[in-house]
Amino acid sequence: MTELEEYAQQIEGLARRLGMDYYPVDFEIAPASLMTEIAVYGLPVRMPHWSFGVRYIHQLVRQSMGHSKIFEVMFPGDPCRAFLMDTNSTAENALVTAHVLGHADFSKNNQLFARFHAMAGSNIVETAAAHAHRIQLAIEAHGVERVEQVLDAALALESHIAIDGELHRSRYPEFVERKVAPTQSEFQQRFSQLPGVEAPAKQKTGQVRAPVPPHAEYDLLWFIANYAPDLEQWERDIFLMVRCESFYFYPVFACQIMNEGWASYWHARLLREAEFLPQPLYLSAIKAHSDVVRPFASGQETALAINPYYLGFSIWERIVEKHGIERARQVRTEEDDFGFIRNWLDEELAEQSGLFVYEARPGDEIRVATKDIAAIREAILAPKFNFGAPRVAAAELKHDGSLTLQHDHGSDGRGLDVNRAKRVLEYVNRVWRRPVKLVTVNDRAENVELAA
Amino acid sequence: MRHNQKVREAVKDTLPDLLAGADLMTRPNRTVAVPVKFLEHSRFRLSDAQVQQGAGQGRGEPGDVLQPGREEGQQQGQAGGTGDGEIRFMVELKIEEIVDWLWEELKLPELKPKRINTMDQPEYIREGWDKRGARSRLDRRRTMKEAVKRHAVQGNTALSVDDEPLSLINDDLRFRQLVKRPAPATSAAVIFALDVSGSMDEAQRRLAKQFFFFALQGIRRQYAKVETVFLAHAAQAWEFDESQFFQASSSGGTVTSSVARLALDVMGTRYDPGRYNVYFFYASDGENAAEDRDEARNTLVDIARQVNYAGYVETGGVASFRPRDTQLAEIFTEIKGTGLPVGTSHLASQDDVWNAIRQFFTEQARD
Repeated sequence: MTELEEYAQQIEGLARRLGMDYYPVDFEIAPASLMTEIAVYGLPVRMPHWSFGVRYIHQLVRQSMGHSKIFEVMFPGDPCRAFLMDTNSTAENALVTAHVLGHADFSKNNQLFARFHAMAGSNIVETAAAHAHRIQLAIEAHGVERVEQVLDAALALESHIAIDGELHRSRYPEFVERKVAPTQSEFQQRFSQLPGVEAPAKQKTGQVRAPVPPHAEYDLLWFIANYAPDLEQWERDIFLMVRCESFYFYPVFACQIMNEGWASYWHARLLREAEFLPQPLYLSAIKAHSDVVRPFASGQETALAINPYYLGFSIWERIVEKHGIERARQVRTEEDDFGFIRNWLDEELAEQSGLFVYEARPGDEIRVATKDIAAIREAILAPKFNFGAPRVAAAELKHDGSLTLQHDHGSDGRGLDVNRAKRVLEYVNRVWRRPVKLVTVNDRAENVELAA
Repeated sequence: MRHNQKVREAVKDTLPDLLAGADLMTRPNRTVAVPVKFLEHSRFRLSDAQVQQGAGQGRGEPGDVLQPGREEGQQQGQAGGTGDGEIRFMVELKIEEIVDWLWEELKLPELKPKRINTMDQPEYIREGWDKRGARSRLDRRRTMKEAVKRHAVQGNTALSVDDEPLSLINDDLRFRQLVKRPAPATSAAVIFALDVSGSMDEAQRRLAKQFFFFALQGIRRQYAKVETVFLAHAAQAWEFDESQFFQASSSGGTVTSSVARLALDVMGTRYDPGRYNVYFFYASDGENAAEDRDEARNTLVDIARQVNYAGYVETGGVASFRPRDTQLAEIFTEIKGTGLPVGTSHLASQDDVWNAIRQFFTEQARD
């Protein structure tokens, strides 16, 4: 057993004693290149797509834990899978181990995670690998170009799932009850009994064909998979696979601040109470911890972004301090970032941390706009609404098979970026194979129609 | 990675612009920075807000300036083309790599050096050993081996450092032998001749330059050592280095024989066609002084006789029209008719460059 494995075992023992509750975690030591690859693809084995290559290039510069140089990748599930980087020191990896246990506890108990878990089964890593394998088969059968077209479209709409909806959904009902005219008022009844008034035409009853979609459909991946007029089975399959992975990523996305904060709280606490760790190792681990939760990059005094590790960590510390660990566990179970920030980030904490809202006009200076707590909360949460994507719904499927997408600019506050939207429409058009149009608004709030 | 393949496509598209750079052909460290764009995988995104808001952290009161405004011009430079939803980054590529891609892509044939019998350049090669030979070629290792073998055969097995040194006898000696072998010449010289008279405009020169560039790259792929000569001419001809070559211009008339004579002179003094694979490429708009016709023809035939290949590209005109036969085009066609390794091609637009390159290399490979 290596030194690290020994510590890991002891840390796990301590975690159980402190009441942490999680599915077993498989730890694996991985080289740096694999880690970046995982961080880019999101999953160790995922369907191939060239856009991941772009992300790879960007990621090489960025990805790390908070403001530290540590790299940590963990996949919740049963069992959880965690990867430790082989270039981390033992102290750093001890910290990461404790941190991962925090995530494991969070993902087993948080409602959002549990819900996905119940819908899609537990082992996402294997599911994703199976997806990748099926894509590989599709590539062999239909060629890279065609598979890539489908992936272009599906991954462009990656975030467009109905986040409150079910993973497994059946198609809309084909027929619905005909709407019955409202019952007549008393006056009308009496009027119709008067002599000389024709008997009312008998109300048609029974079923009529339902319109598709019956309501604005925000689950675009599902809608295309089910209603695209000329989609082949394997293409449909790809859409549904991408959709399944999106469902997996949603809780990770929607609980990022809570989750990273919770894990940071626990790694700090576990290390503090781990008497078996030698002093120097503890010191370097705690040094690493302070890098992780540091709000600013080194040498700076302000940041135009909030470090989720820092913010989550401070909020959790405060909850535990004020309300006790049991209350904190309840919050962990019930909230996502929206509830967490709105209910638990209070004025005092915001003031202490120096949180503010800034404004930037193109070409102009960037200024602090306000320190109002409500504005701060919304500014933190704004990028998280609707899985971080604009609200675009399938509005109408015409008889000729053409599709109309409607951007809900009312709730998004402004229109779509036209160039990008056009390209997405082109992607969609290649799998929809009939005209596709999109309605949004321009800067002057006039309707704009894009078509492909 | 599939992404790399996409980068390739982008490189191919921007290549013509890249080649407009000054001294791409002879620069020693030959890499180019290719701006790669259009590679963002688009998603629906909201248009940029008039006022962007975000949450930040640190010291600061409402109204405090966190980052000073930037000058408009500066900002554009920094934005790096992201405004249109593009990611743009520079990829540093070796020219050799690019050319390898192109050759693959265009399925261009590989060049052949001149056939061996036409070009004997004998070379001595070590081959085998003999018991007799010149002192200087004594192979010590081999000799010692023989000595050890002989001792072993004679039953003298106790060999160690402390013992007496091995005694050598004449029979042990081994000498390296040399044999004479004909070897194909692996060096090439490329002579580029460019008409820089007033009638050649910027666009025409650009086309010529691109053509020259690819021709040179193709030849570089084949030979270990390639030397270049740049000749420009109007009424007179001069030799330039590459950086000045494409800038050179003259208002004089056009006398092709002047450059042909200069080329012959260069071949005679520096690049003996018996030892070098010489290639001659000439770009012009085809207008030559009428009184120079015979002279030009004779000198060009002279060149064609000596070189591996002579290529003539005519620039100008409109792509869809067959160019009317200019004097030079006529001359070259005539020379070609006599069976000499000559090719002509016409460059009106970018696309023609590829065709011309393909044509030249196919013809050359067929010879």
